[in-house]
Amino acid sequence: MATTAIPPQEETPSAPTTIFRRPASTEGFWGWVTTTDHKKIGIMYGYSAFFFFLLGGIEALLIRVQLAVPDNTFLSAAEYNAAFTMHATIMVFLFVMPMAAAFFNYLLPLMIGARDVAFPRMNAVSYWIFLFGAIFASSSFLFGTSGAPVGGYLPDGAEWASRLGSMPNGGWFGYAPNSLEAFSTGTAMDYWAVGLQVIGIASLISSINFIVTILNLRAKGMKLLRMPVFVWMTFVVAFLLLFSLPIIAVALFMVTFDRQFGTVFFDATGGGDPVLWQHLFWLFGHPEVYILVLPSMGLVSEVLPTFSRKPLFGYAAVVFAGAAIAFLGFGVWAHHMYASGISTVAQAAFGLATMTIAVPTGIKIFNWMGTMWGGKIRFKTPMLFAIGFVSLFVIGGLSGVTHSIVPSNWQQTDTYYIVGHFHYVLFGGAVFGLFAGLYYYFPMLTGKMYNERLGKLHFWLMFLGMNLTFGPMHWLGLQGMPRRTWVWFEEQGLAFWNAVVTVGAFVIAASALVFMINWMLSKRRGVDAGFDPWDARTLEWMLPLPVPEYNYAKLPTVTALDEFWHRKYTEDEDGRAVRRDDYDEIVAQLEHEGRNPEEEIELPSPSYFPFLVGFGIMFVAYGVVYLSAGFGIWLMLLGAVIALGSFVGWSVEPLEEHHGGHDGHAEAADHEEIEDADAEEVEA
Amino acid sequence: MSDLAHHDVHESTGVENRKLGMWFFLSSEFLFFGALISNYLLFKGQVPTTDALHPVQFYDIPFTSISSFVLLMSSLTMVLAHHALHEGDQRAARTWLFTTAGLGLTFLAGQFFEFSEFVIKGAGLDVLPVWSSFFVLTGFHGAHVFLGVVMLLTLFATSVRNGELSEAQGLNVELVGLYWHFVDIIWIVIFTIIYLIP
Repeated sequence: MATTAIPPQEETPSAPTTIFRRPASTEGFWGWVTTTDHKKIGIMYGYSAFFFFLLGGIEALLIRVQLAVPDNTFLSAAEYNAAFTMHATIMVFLFVMPMAAAFFNYLLPLMIGARDVAFPRMNAVSYWIFLFGAIFASSSFLFGTSGAPVGGYLPDGAEWASRLGSMPNGGWFGYAPNSLEAFSTGTAMDYWAVGLQVIGIASLISSINFIVTILNLRAKGMKLLRMPVFVWMTFVVAFLLLFSLPIIAVALFMVTFDRQFGTVFFDATGGGDPVLWQHLFWLFGHPEVYILVLPSMGLVSEVLPTFSRKPLFGYAAVVFAGAAIAFLGFGVWAHHMYASGISTVAQAAFGLATMTIAVPTGIKIFNWMGTMWGGKIRFKTPMLFAIGFVSLFVIGGLSGVTHSIVPSNWQQTDTYYIVGHFHYVLFGGAVFGLFAGLYYYFPMLTGKMYNERLGKLHFWLMFLGMNLTFGPMHWLGLQGMPRRTWVWFEEQGLAFWNAVVTVGAFVIAASALVFMINWMLSKRRGVDAGFDPWDARTLEWMLPLPVPEYNYAKLPTVTALDEFWHRKYTEDEDGRAVRRDDYDEIVAQLEHEGRNPEEEIELPSPSYFPFLVGFGIMFVAYGVVYLSAGFGIWLMLLGAVIALGSFVGWSVEPLEEHHGGHDGHAEAADHEEIEDADAEEVEA
Repeated sequence: MSDLAHHDVHESTGVENRKLGMWFFLSSEFLFFGALISNYLLFKGQVPTTDALHPVQFYDIPFTSISSFVLLMSSLTMVLAHHALHEGDQRAARTWLFTTAGLGLTFLAGQFFEFSEFVIKGAGLDVLPVWSSFFVLTGFHGAHVFLGVVMLLTLFATSVRNGELSEAQGLNVELVGLYWHFVDIIWIVIFTIIYLIP
């Protein structure tokens, strides 16, 4: 069925061609499972990602409890390895990326003036593949095994590590040969390699979807250089994903083949090359860093102008700097590998390339400062997080430049200095930007306003906790504290700062708690946000809140960058922004029109199949892990039958169901066929 | 009113959504195969090509040339299928689609035969890294061909069932065609770099 604004239709649509009866309701549990609405998919991405944020956070706390005092035995070495591996894997792949995807999904069509993304069901499929892939990877906690490495042992002569220690434990970077069968016995690292592969498929599908959406579904007049910066950053990130994911896919296939089928890609005893893994991993892994941070840069570029009441300073420069960062990001991977024995020429070249990235990044920083300069700044929570992003990212960026200097890097590599650096860019950067976005768009999601006082408390706690946690890590690193090591000793004299870092970690945890309380309370009992609560600039705020299911009652026509602002404001003789005389009528009319579409709007109908495709792929993934155990092949077959059967169901199911019969059969048949290719594309 | 909202949506670039999506998907695939081919090249020089276990000693160039020719011809039949549909000749389109799938299957049979021969003569996934690379690279290419065959046969079956391919399905033929040509181009690269260049 499709959403009908006028008149409301009650009849259940008939769908004779499908295997199941077409889901008819967009409400309740099944409404979420079967939805193809980009907003609902975005919300599901958001909640799933936040759940994993908590999971990864718990692992971070475990790490910090272990390292709080010298000679600690709170965690065993195996458990510590698993904790830091899953902390990073979850935060990178299951929190920041899907949280960014939540924003992409929710905002992209709204910002470019579209009804939905180009392929609504492919969008749903990428969410379900992500979720089932994430469940699969996390389920290693329940089913994974991790034994003693060749020539090594586990304490007390144990054959297998504890449950906690049986999660993937080879680092999120999965360096070979440590990730291979000899040193990572058991299934833990299979879960890691196959899990990331599945999650990568989800990202690949959505990146294609977003690129096509941005290129093809823009409203009239929405030229490329009128798109909000966030849309631009989505576009750039989608290309980063498109070109870096196939490389990690190959690398993960190789390590899976090494573990399962006896190939010798990375096994030096068989002639393989462990450093090749590093090249392939970082050829993906460095663009990945920008995949994590560019969405936040986009969000901050929306928040800063709104709360400074000024247009973004140097819009085109910010856009092109983002693209330049992405482009250069493909040419710097070996700066993660200075200690791996690559040639000095290569080291110098990669060092120089790395330094050049500071240029476009600096352009962005100065443009953001230029945006705030002379503006009427309102220090609301989103603005605080945005300013926090800019300031903390500068610190992380600068310590990043110190890594690019090769001799300096040799001193810092594998110490806590590195850990301090990347948490400043990823936590102080990416995560602060995401929280800025979460507060900024809270009224759009819920129609309510969050509690400003709790929001500010959250910000200051998180800002304090973040600096307490990651600042001293620089000093610990310079004192020589190695990373990825489960215990440190009294004589090393690291006690004070390690205690501070652990306290800081718990302050961050407390701030996350404040955020959750604020979110849940405000969602239920927050004051009505009204229309356009931020006096915002961009297209998406022209919609009534919360956004109707059909987005725009009438697709807008765009005449300028910051379209909404120009509709509300004009300039006086001195070039100052003044409200148009008919401001009130304009706003009232927009809200009225937004709620009352003039014609019936049909939207993509819900479908069971995207969910089932993801569900089937999960079994295929389990099958790969247990291939050598014999029953894996049956799991694979089962999963393949579910997934392929769902594709068939998908391909015979039209995108939109029609009401009644007045459309005639011919058109419905026409729709079926359109969907054929949709399915094939995913299969391919 | 029966005019669907999504029909109002113009495509800003003028290129149909799914075609555009397919192009970007294929651009990603180039990097996938690029990485696999690089692996092979990296490991190729690890042992001298005169070594009895080096893949170069195993290749049967005349045989693989023939199967490459078969795959190349399938691109031609693919074009003919698309052209026939464009001309409205449903029968010919159906025939050419089936021929394309058949040529693809012939190529796969050749690959299966080639793999078996190699294994019998002592090759294997774990013999040398260059063999690991060879089998994984050509294996993934074979999987792509297989997927293409499945799509072609689906189109063929639709055509038989409905007696024709509608205009929307014509676009599907074009999409499958894009994919099929891509798979062929990749094979030409593989054949040149892996088999022909010593």
